Amino acid sequence: MHIVVPIKLAPDLVEDLEIDAGGAALDRTFLRLIINEFDDHAIEQAFLLKERGGGQVTIVAPDLEGADDVLYTAAAKGADRLIKLIGDFSAGVNCHALARTLAKVIGDLHPDLVLTGVQAHDDLDGAVGPLLAEHLGMPYLGYVAGLTVSDGKCMARKEYPGGLVAEMDVALPAVFGIQAAEKPPRYVVTSLITQAMKSATIEEIETGEFDSGGAAAVERMSRLEATTHAEMIEGSTDQVADKLVAVLRERGLLAPRG
Amino acid sequence: MTTTPTVERPFYDRVMEAVPSGEKLKLCLQCGMCSGICPYGFAMNFPPQSLIAAVRAGDLDPVFESETVWLCVSCFACANVCPAQIPLTSGLMASLKTEMLLRRKVPAELQTALENTRRYGNTLGESPRKRSAWCQSITPAIPLMAQTKEPVDVLWFVGDYASYHPRAVLASQAMARIFQALGIRFGILGPEENSDGDVQYLAGERGLLEILAQKNGKVLRKYKYQEIVTTDPHAYNVIKHEYPGVGVSVPIKHYTQFLAERIEQIKPLLRHEHKAAVTYHDPCAIGRANKNNIFEEPRLVLSAIPGLELVEMAHNRATSICCGGGGGGNWLDGFAWQQTHTRMSEWRIQEALASGAQTLAVACPYEAPRFEDALKSLGAENKLVVKDIAELLADAMSA
Ligand code: SF4
Ligand code: SF4
Repeated sequence: MHIVVPIKLAPDLVEDLEIDAGGAALDRTFLRLIINEFDDHAIEQAFLLKERGGGQVTIVAPDLEGADDVLYTAAAKGADRLIKLIGDFSAGVNCHALARTLAKVIGDLHPDLVLTGVQAHDDLDGAVGPLLAEHLGMPYLGYVAGLTVSDGKCMARKEYPGGLVAEMDVALPAVFGIQAAEKPPRYVVTSLITQAMKSATIEEIETGEFDSGGAAAVERMSRLEATTHAEMIEGSTDQVADKLVAVLRERGLLAPRG
Repeated sequence: MTTTPTVERPFYDRVMEAVPSGEKLKLCLQCGMCSGICPYGFAMNFPPQSLIAAVRAGDLDPVFESETVWLCVSCFACANVCPAQIPLTSGLMASLKTEMLLRRKVPAELQTALENTRRYGNTLGESPRKRSAWCQSITPAIPLMAQTKEPVDVLWFVGDYASYHPRAVLASQAMARIFQALGIRFGILGPEENSDGDVQYLAGERGLLEILAQKNGKVLRKYKYQEIVTTDPHAYNVIKHEYPGVGVSVPIKHYTQFLAERIEQIKPLLRHEHKAAVTYHDPCAIGRANKNNIFEEPRLVLSAIPGLELVEMAHNRATSICCGGGGGGNWLDGFAWQQTHTRMSEWRIQEALASGAQTLAVACPYEAPRFEDALKSLGAENKLVVKDIAELLADAMSA
């Protein structure tokens, strides 16, 4: 069984985020990148599967600050292959371009399972997984919080709002968007990472030009404005309903009474 | 036929190699003093003496099954009383914690603190760029070593908690005022400073300590200064005793030593009385840890404050009760509560209350927040004030 985990590096929210002079992107001068949290769960889920059923885990990361760190840490946890995508990721790459690029690389790896974070906290698109599955011609299941593999078949647990859980059989190979691993991402002692930095090899694969077609373009980025207070609407149920309707009309959210 | 159990070599070897005198483990008399004095010995499945017995018997599975080693707060009480002088805290207990980390049996909150240290250079997970934000309000401005080209008298190693924790920074601000009042030329490292690594290594992360020591060593070597003074007892302990093993040998003083040396210069500056009975909590890391024995300097400084009456708690100096924050304990309060339904910081507060003191003086950045929390959980907020020695001194100096 070959499990491939493509990961994304997203802005670390420990540092203050600034919008650049163009007004449609983050200022990357002081930006620090960190592994997307859902991808960290995807990595953990891959190791849990490997522990239970054997197999090979390959981690794929874009060539950005922090990529080596993520890859060596994964090696210390037991990853078998580390791949770094060499290309110009510095200005950010949209999910369509990323999915196309990943599809080319991952297709050649002939995976049984591809685990990605269900979304990343920088765009909240949640589109890399489904797009990647489409390019690879594989089924996709997102918001997965547990996987069991046996005899070439996979049972995925998917959590719904309201405490509902579905268990679904999925034919492999398939792509899964991981919402949470069955256990929190594991700790790996520093000495093992130091060792991995000496012994593990990172393979480099050139991405070529990115094809960003199909994606929505960001026109403007702005900070959320903190409002000073919330207005409490008081009165009987009818009075509250009337006031609410009036407020919605006033803001143009309901058609005027016609 | 009976088979003789074999000692699980890797763990045994690791314990031996963990500290230069690790082979002393062989000298254990099984007297039990270590387990008896251990504040959480009653709740540990394997306090030091039983752990050594298990290692000798090669019966380690139950040891690795039990997670109660995480109750060890690296207070050095065991190591301090051991007649065979076995490095129990930094050798035996820390090695077992490493083994638990390798087996991925680590309470989540501690894991976060270790991951934060690796990524941000501080346990709190704060931006390294904001490490000197605590002193922005101070005038005249505190120079960063990277900006002052001049040599300084004192390079102040501030430490994690004293740089970031909202309660602990009040003591740092007080210390800055004291340096300024004494006319000391000093500087801080700010974003160039990394966590000292003491609590991380005592929590089993020796590899992390090595990286941190090398980073700190590199910046400390860049600058010119007469001496290094730290407000963090953990920084003092680890820089003095563990950094040399990583090739970083720099002299270090705790701020209470620095102040005690200048007490005659300080006395005339103390204008305000602190009319109260004050008791002093000896931090493990500058006290009995590695026989650092910085016991009298803090008391000398406190006694210089007019009106202040120094009273002692039942446990003081080498027998001081730990605040519960060392060796990762600061991130294991939830775990300790689950296991014991007690809080070490509350025991200490009860002793302080029994001493008749109105003020509890502390000298470690972990302690004010920990003891103030304990006062709240005991419902005794109005009975005792917790102040860092630097705060008491700066108040007495204020115009
Ligand atoms: S105090 Fe020292 S000699 Fe006595 S049991 Fe503990 S480790 Fe052994
Ligand atoms: S260091 Fe303190 S808490 Fe840890 S085993 Fe020794 S006495 Fe107990």
